[in-house]
Amino acid sequence: MGVISTGADWDFDLLERYDAAIATIAHGEFHLDTYANQIEVITSEQMLDAYAASGLPVGYPHWSYGKEFIRNEQAYRRGMQGLAYEIVINSDPCIAYLMEENTVTTQALVIAHACYGHNSFFKGNALFRQWTAADAIIDYLVFARRYVMQCEERHGSPAVEEIIDACHALMHHGVDRYRRPAPLSLKAEAARLAEREAYRERQFNDLWRTVPTTAAHDRTKAPPSFPREPQENVLYFVEKFSPRLEPWERELVRIVRKLAQYFYPQAQTKVMNEGWATFWHYTITHRLHETGQVDDGFMFEFLKSHTNVVYQPPFDSKFYGGLNPYALGFAIFSDLRRMCEVPTAEDRAWFPQIAGGDWQKVLDFAMRNFKDESFIAQYLSPRLIREMRLFAIADHRGEDALKVDAIHDDQGYRRVRKLLALQHANEERVPDIQVLRYDRDGDRSLTLRYAQRRGRSLDEAAQEVVVHLRRLWGFPVRVETWEDDAHQVHLGAIAA
Amino acid sequence: MAHLIDRRLNDRGKSAVNRERFLRRYKTHVQEAVKKMIGERKLSDLEQGGEVRVPRKDVSEPSFNFNHGGDRERVFPGNKEYTTGDRIPRGDGDGGGGNGSQGGEGNGQDDFVFSLSREEFMQIFFDDLALPRLARTEFGQAQSTKSIRSGFARTGVPANLAVVRTMRQALARRIALTGALAREMLGLQEAFAVATAVGHAEAAARLYDEMQRVERRRYSIAFLDDPDMRFRNRVSRPEPVARAVMFCLMDVSASMDEEKKDLAKRFFSLLYLFLTRKYGTVDLVFIRHTDDAEEVDEDTFFHDPRSGGTVVFTALELAEKIRTARYSSGWNVYAAQASDGDAFGADPARSARFLREKLLPSLRYYTYLELTPGHSDARPSSLWAEYERLVEVENGRFAMRRASAREEIYPVFRDLFRKEASA
Repeated sequence: MGVISTGADWDFDLLERYDAAIATIAHGEFHLDTYANQIEVITSEQMLDAYAASGLPVGYPHWSYGKEFIRNEQAYRRGMQGLAYEIVINSDPCIAYLMEENTVTTQALVIAHACYGHNSFFKGNALFRQWTAADAIIDYLVFARRYVMQCEERHGSPAVEEIIDACHALMHHGVDRYRRPAPLSLKAEAARLAEREAYRERQFNDLWRTVPTTAAHDRTKAPPSFPREPQENVLYFVEKFSPRLEPWERELVRIVRKLAQYFYPQAQTKVMNEGWATFWHYTITHRLHETGQVDDGFMFEFLKSHTNVVYQPPFDSKFYGGLNPYALGFAIFSDLRRMCEVPTAEDRAWFPQIAGGDWQKVLDFAMRNFKDESFIAQYLSPRLIREMRLFAIADHRGEDALKVDAIHDDQGYRRVRKLLALQHANEERVPDIQVLRYDRDGDRSLTLRYAQRRGRSLDEAAQEVVVHLRRLWGFPVRVETWEDDAHQVHLGAIAA
Repeated sequence: MAHLIDRRLNDRGKSAVNRERFLRRYKTHVQEAVKKMIGERKLSDLEQGGEVRVPRKDVSEPSFNFNHGGDRERVFPGNKEYTTGDRIPRGDGDGGGGNGSQGGEGNGQDDFVFSLSREEFMQIFFDDLALPRLARTEFGQAQSTKSIRSGFARTGVPANLAVVRTMRQALARRIALTGALAREMLGLQEAFAVATAVGHAEAAARLYDEMQRVERRRYSIAFLDDPDMRFRNRVSRPEPVARAVMFCLMDVSASMDEEKKDLAKRFFSLLYLFLTRKYGTVDLVFIRHTDDAEEVDEDTFFHDPRSGGTVVFTALELAEKIRTARYSSGWNVYAAQASDGDAFGADPARSARFLREKLLPSLRYYTYLELTPGHSDARPSSLWAEYERLVEVENGRFAMRRASAREEIYPVFRDLFRKEASA
């Protein structure tokens, strides 16, 4: 096979040929399972637009997107921020935006990265499969936009804005983390009742009637509080039970909740998702080179971009801005492949099921069944901890100095791995706040409970969020803070 | 196989609506900024975009988040010398190494800064301003036309084809034309049946040919024919436009020092921008006066230095002369006057009388701006005192304000041209 192109310029014909070459390798050789691809070439201005809408092609109008747009535009114009080469949307067909300014090498890299890497991740990963409907999202967004605009026409945009503002404040507390049981059909419900009745009849024994009981005065006690168990999806609870909301307002709450749910897997799989896509653009491009379809010049440019993407500055560098998810994810996936291909004694001891296995199967399994937290806990190897020289710092109340908790040595591997995994857990980003009580028969107030762990309180913005929640609820709202340990100490409350 | 789409030519202003919403939400901040900018700017770059600052606190979107503090562990890359158990003194910034991520969370109290484009700036600038008492009834010659629908035409461009109407025409034509043939066919068929029944072979053959001919004619009737075509028709109807003229009267006498002139020019610049931006069809007449009045073009009016004595009356007289000559009927007439009010002898009284008797009855609105730099609580000028009586008599038609500093010009201007709450 000959070289596909030389030089930096691209045209649509070339993009098509690169895409075909990459598809052959990705599908044929590496068996990546992807949605169909839709590649759209856009300008930098359009990229800024896409940024503002969190990458979504359609969005409902809201001032916060305008703010985001202005912020990005300013940063870009002043040269403080570059633009991404691409944005990819979890939809079916999978839409990828490519910037027109990219060179042909970058376009090829981006096609491999987004259209085959991210795309196969969206299709395969359990979290995405469970929580997003790739084939329906665009339609839903179109519906949401139209609905919000209709509401604005009918009820005025200030009223709509107030609701959406309030919902945005609670967006992270508007996701389900476990599936709700599907509601029973009328028939199933009737069958269940009949079954219980039959069981009771079979078990009937008149003797029980004669046993003295204290139940009589138990019944006079207060009715059980509602909801029976704490609910973590605050927006869902508001949507279903708010005593004040109009039907259209409930629908708005629902729209924001659905969007939050759509983004829920993305935040939790950043390392995996980026690592997976980076691993594949790296692997696929190398295959292109090995089969002689791209020349050395292409590879040099590719490697320059690639190394930029996976660079991890050390903690004391002025460029340090946290762990780079691209670097970490790429390192773990590459390490998995290495363990399969050239396992060491250490690998055999730590990962007996993986060492020496079929790397494609191992990677595929890893991609499908984990999120960042469990992925790191499962696959971060001692060798990688050494290579990245990872160490953990403990910052505890009442200590006048920070302490080095664990480093990359035999005693520290498991500890570092566990801490890094916890650092990527959802609980690390989103405080644990649940609906505790809705005083349905009294003053209709709503009580939430913040389970505080390890002395980490809520910051001052919480007061504003409670005000927003009160707006949605219409009656007094309280957020109680409880120390979440054996003692269950009540630490205070915010109310509005 | 991927589907490639070139979106580069698509609409790029996707975020414009959200941007506009943002501006609307922070309108008070933006207006405050615009007010300040107008006070600070040079006359020549009055009409430009500018930067707006909004305190970060006001644009924040709150959510439940963790406070700093509490017990936590963080993992960092690139360890060099630390071993387990080392203690690192807490430091601010990068001093002690380690806790780098906490400082970088962006909790700085910087303002949220963004720039307004020229158009946005002008829009905010003239927001809620209007010419008072503008009567739509004062129609002049029709200048604009509006295209409206009017029935259907037999000719037109394909884009205007009225499909349903055309199909209806075609259907009617087909029914009309085939009806007679169908009846003829029926007759022929009966005759043919009779002819074959009695064995009249020759007649049958002739009838058969005849049937063939009718059948052919039936098929040759077009499904759609040129006479069926109907096109949506549009005609342009003249739209009446309100005509208005604004007289700008500026005192450039010697008593008007540079500072006062700057204030006056600033006021008229705003007025000029306001009218040219908002009303495409407003005529402007520039009159400047010393002891003598002259009509000048806008360039001379704003940029030419000149000075001399003061006779207000001459300017009013000239305005009235121009009005009767050019704008005698069918016009909404406005006038704005800026002066320091330094008039001598009989001039103020004469001017006020002239204004009341001659000029005001034919005017919609007259504004007078008195410039008193430095000491705004100074004694009112003789002209001010004379004019003050007019305010009571000519309520609503005559307005006067004083301004003493640059930053007062814009508020005064807004005040004078505030949109009335639906008259």
